[in-house]
Amino acid sequence: MKSLRGYLDKIKPKFEKGGKFEKFHSTFEAFESFMFVPDTVTTKGTHIRDANDMKRTMTVVVLALVPALLFGMWNVGNQHFLATGQEASFWQSFFTGFISVLPIIVVSYVVGLGIEFAFAQYRGHEVNEGFLVTGMLIPLVLPVDVPLWMVALATAFAVIIGKEVFGGTGMNIFNPALTARAFLFFAYPSYMSGNEVWTHGMIKGEGIIDSFTGATPLAEAAAGNIDKLPSVSDMFFGFIPGSIGETSTLAILIGAAILLFTGVGSARIMISTVVGGLVMGLILNIFAVNPYMEVPAYQHLMLGGFAFGAVFMATDPVSAAQTAKGKIIYGFLIGFLAILIRVLNPAYPEGMMLAILLMNVFAPLIDHYVIEANISKRLKRVKVQE
Amino acid sequence: MNSEKEPLFSSKNIKLITEPLGSSNPITVQVLGICSALAVTVKMKPAFVMAISVMAVLAVSNVVISLIRNSIPPRIRIIVQLVVIAAMVILVDQILKAFVYDISKQLSVFVGLIITNCILMGRLEAFAMGNKPWPSFLDGLGNAAGYSIILLIVSFFRELLGSGTIWGYKVIPESFYSFGYQNNGLMILPPMALIVLGIIIWVQRARNKKLIETK
Repeated sequence: MKSLRGYLDKIKPKFEKGGKFEKFHSTFEAFESFMFVPDTVTTKGTHIRDANDMKRTMTVVVLALVPALLFGMWNVGNQHFLATGQEASFWQSFFTGFISVLPIIVVSYVVGLGIEFAFAQYRGHEVNEGFLVTGMLIPLVLPVDVPLWMVALATAFAVIIGKEVFGGTGMNIFNPALTARAFLFFAYPSYMSGNEVWTHGMIKGEGIIDSFTGATPLAEAAAGNIDKLPSVSDMFFGFIPGSIGETSTLAILIGAAILLFTGVGSARIMISTVVGGLVMGLILNIFAVNPYMEVPAYQHLMLGGFAFGAVFMATDPVSAAQTAKGKIIYGFLIGFLAILIRVLNPAYPEGMMLAILLMNVFAPLIDHYVIEANISKRLKRVKVQE
Repeated sequence: MNSEKEPLFSSKNIKLITEPLGSSNPITVQVLGICSALAVTVKMKPAFVMAISVMAVLAVSNVVISLIRNSIPPRIRIIVQLVVIAAMVILVDQILKAFVYDISKQLSVFVGLIITNCILMGRLEAFAMGNKPWPSFLDGLGNAAGYSIILLIVSFFRELLGSGTIWGYKVIPESFYSFGYQNNGLMILPPMALIVLGIIIWVQRARNKKLIETK
C-alpha cells in the first residue's frame, strides 16, 4: 500500500495544472480516490464530513447485489441443464452460468465506464462513482442470451441519453439501468421477450428437450396457465427462468437486508412498493374475471422483476422522490402500477420496469406537492401579529 | 417609390434563406413544427414529400399574405392567414393524392395537419405581414428548407437504423444480419424521433455556442 501511495504521489504533479498529463486529471483522480480516501478538506464554513461518501455507498449497493448475482449465475446453469435434460452438479451449473454471465458484466462495465471517463475528461469534472452500481444492475436485469453488442449499445444509450445529457450522475431523471433495459425491450423485442430468451442456449436450440418450454412464470400466467405456475417455494428461492438477477426473492431479500442495515436503501420506498403491489393484487383478486387476475396477491411479489425492482431500482436515490412522504407515495404507486400493467396489459408482460420509469418522471412532481402541502400547513399555524 | 431598388439577391435576401438552415432553424432553434417531424420521419420518402409540401404551402402562402397584407383588417388577420394556408393545403393534398397516392396514404392526416404546423403561422405572422412579396417568398423557402433538412436528417437515421434501408433500398448487407445484427425497433417508434432530434440540437449547440441560452 505504501509503495502505491508513494508512486501516486510521485506521478501526481504530472496530472496537476500545468503538468504533462493535465488533460487526464480526472482519470488520475478517479483511480487515486478509488484506492485511497480522498484528502479533500472543506475550506469554507462549518461542515461535517461523513465518512460514508458516495464511493462507500456505491460499494454497499454492489455488495448487496452479490447474492442475487451469485444465485443468478447458478440458476442460469441450472435452467440450462434442466432444458437440455442433463444431470449437473452444483459447480457445473455455477460454472456454466459464470461463463455466460461474466461477458455481459464485463461489456457493461467497459462500455459504461469508458463513456463516463470520456465525458469526465472532456467536461473537466471528476469521474463519478455512480456507474459502479449501474454497471452491475444492467446485466442483472437482462436475459442471459442477449447478444453482447446489444448490451454495449444499451449501456451506451443509458449513459449518454439517460444520464450525461442531463449533466451526469445525480442529475438524471431516469434510472440508467432501467433506461438500458427499456431501450433493449423496445429496440430488440425478439431478444428481450418471449419464451426462448430466458434459458441459456435456447435461442440456438442447443439440445433442448421437447417438454421444456422455457416460459417464465409471468408468461404462463399471462397465457392463463395458472396451474403451470411453479410452486411458491420455487418462486421464492428462484428456481425459475427469468432475467439473470431477478429470479430469487430470497437473494434479493438478503440484499435488501444489507441495504436497510447500512441505511443506504430507503425502507419507506421498499415497503410502500410492496404494499402498493399487494393492494393492486388484492383489488384484482376481488374483481377477478380471468385466471391471471386470480393469482394470489402475495405471489405477484415473487414473480418477475417485482422484488428486484422494489429493492434495487425504485430505491435509486437520484431518480426517486426525496421527501419522506413523497417516498411513500412514489413507492406505493410503483407497486400499484406494476401489477396493474402486468395483469391488465398483455403487450407488456412485466410492468415493473415501466412502472418505475413512469414514477421516476413523476418523482419531482410528488416532491413539489409534498413540500407545498407542508408549507401551507405550517403557514396556517403562523399567528400574524396585528 | 423607393428610388434605389434592392437587387433580387442582396445579402439581406440571401440571409433570409440561409439563416433558417442553421442559426435560426425553425425546428432545432425555434422548436416549432415538432409534431410532424416526429410523425412522418420513419422513412425518408414520406419525409421528403412532406418537406416539399410544406415548402410549397409556406412559400405560396407567404407571398399571398404579403400581397394583401395592407388590406387585411388586423383583428381578423389570423383567420385570413388560416384561410390562405388551408386553401393551399387542400391543393397540395389533392395533388399528392393524384400523383403519389401511396405516399399520400402513408402521410395520411399529416398533410392536412400542415395547417396547424406552427412554422407556417409563425412565418406569416412574423414575416409576411410586414414585408414585401419577394423577401416573403425567400423567407418561406428558407424556413421550409430548414424544416426539410432536419426532417431528412432525422428520417435518414430512423430509416437506416430502424429498417436497414435508405430511400426504400436495402443498404445494410444481408451478411450483417447473419452475424446477428438486428434492426432497431425503437427507431421506428416516435420517441426515438424526439431523441434523434435532441441529439441534433445537442450537436448544433455544441458547435455554435451562441445558441445556448443564458440563464
